[in-house]
Amino acid sequence: MTAPSASILGVPHAESDIAVEVRSICKYYSEVEALRMIDLDFPRGKLTTLLGPSGCGKTTLLKIIAGLVEPTSGEVRVNGKAVTGPGPERAFVFQDFALMPWATVMRNVAFGLELKGMGKAERQSIARHYISEVGLTGFEEKYPHELSGGMRQRVGLARAFAVDAEVLLLDEPFSAVDEQNRRKFQEDLLQLVEKERKTFIFVTHSIEEAVYVSDRIVLLSRRPSRVAQIIEPKIDRTASPDAIRRDQGYLDTVEEIWQGLKHYVD
Amino acid sequence: MTLYGYRVPMMASLLVWCLVWELVGQSGLMFLVPPLSSVLVAGVAMVQTGTWQSAAWVTLHSFVIGMALAIVVGISLGVLMGRFRAVDELFSIWVNIFVSAPLSALVPVLMILFGIGETTVIVTVFLFAVWIIVLDTRAGIQHVPSSLIEMGRCYGASPFALYGKIVLLAALPEILAGIRLGLVRGVKGVVIGQLLVAIIGYGELFELYSRSFDMENFWALTIILFAAAMLMSAAIEYIEKKVDYYAGVR
Repeated sequence: MTAPSASILGVPHAESDIAVEVRSICKYYSEVEALRMIDLDFPRGKLTTLLGPSGCGKTTLLKIIAGLVEPTSGEVRVNGKAVTGPGPERAFVFQDFALMPWATVMRNVAFGLELKGMGKAERQSIARHYISEVGLTGFEEKYPHELSGGMRQRVGLARAFAVDAEVLLLDEPFSAVDEQNRRKFQEDLLQLVEKERKTFIFVTHSIEEAVYVSDRIVLLSRRPSRVAQIIEPKIDRTASPDAIRRDQGYLDTVEEIWQGLKHYVD
Repeated sequence: MTLYGYRVPMMASLLVWCLVWELVGQSGLMFLVPPLSSVLVAGVAMVQTGTWQSAAWVTLHSFVIGMALAIVVGISLGVLMGRFRAVDELFSIWVNIFVSAPLSALVPVLMILFGIGETTVIVTVFLFAVWIIVLDTRAGIQHVPSSLIEMGRCYGASPFALYGKIVLLAALPEILAGIRLGLVRGVKGVVIGQLLVAIIGYGELFELYSRSFDMENFWALTIILFAAAMLMSAAIEYIEKKVDYYAGVR
């Protein structure tokens, strides 16, 4: 079967399979209703993408999961524990990278560990490992302004990996990266997902990107945002990146999502 | 600038004006303007006198204390105003009034409050310098990217670490600009304070030389003061450039 399926809907997961539960989340910005009764489970070890028309509240939902934004009502649970603010089991990758311009790549990557009070030698050896994981070996002493957009986001990703959080929250991480670097970065991300065995929650507005990197895609409707559909692309991830982009399942899923989203676009 | 194909060095215009000064002085047209060469000679002699040295010391002392207070208070208030809406609304009207007000007019009132002495001069320096530091710090804090603050919160920064390691550093370019402008205003403050009220230090010398029409010494004093103010400002500007280099990607 090459068509994507939504068979996961309604199938109960064992509690331990679910890393993040979102329960009846509503969010109002003064009078504007951004999110309406969002219920979602994010399975452990999978990459789930939140996809929807621009301005639909994807990032708001991600920031609620991160504990950076308070929901108006509802609850987020990570490993069964209710979220009241940011926590060490979640790490965030920012759309605009959020690197400290006065700090080297090394210090930026190790910054989460520095804030935890870890000793310099220890945190630098961890940081060095993840700097090499994201392919930035040799750039440890460079400053962010000396790097390209793609390289800066690799620093942001390495920082998130370095704190060893179980859940990685990525807010449109590639939107400020140019097209060619983005493709390479997506390929590298897939390898890192495979290697790090973490739960990834990924926000994007690019359908191709969502289908290419995701195990599950959550389609959100236009504001007030609700879960419109959940899609699990059936794609052979062991194939080469170029084969995936030409895979019939990949192309069909992209087309199906586009048909679903089309009527939101003016 | 190039002239007849030659590149003219940066400070060349200064030399031209020095030459003009010398010529006007030599011509004896205005007794207020002695030749620059005799001013310089007087200056070299003056800095060796105990009178000048103690005056310079008294002036520097008041200036440093007043500026230190202005920097500490200015940055603290600026941070509070940048971060908390209520503080901003409470103080912004006063800061905006004082930053453009002719503060010299207040100095006689300060004299009544603080007496004829160094305290008044220190308060004058403080009042001249502090407001621009508050305003620039406030602007810097408000321009800290919100994602940097979210980053700090996400990775578990305590409020102390959030300010010490992120917010203050991110606002550093604006804070330094405020300090530089504050220094320049502080120099005005120290001289005006000493002149108007407390007849001590540099103000006393200005008073002495101008009353007795000792123009060589008067101009020598002025040149030293201007040079000192420009040097301090240039030093901060140098640091600012280094900081801007790192802040360039914001």
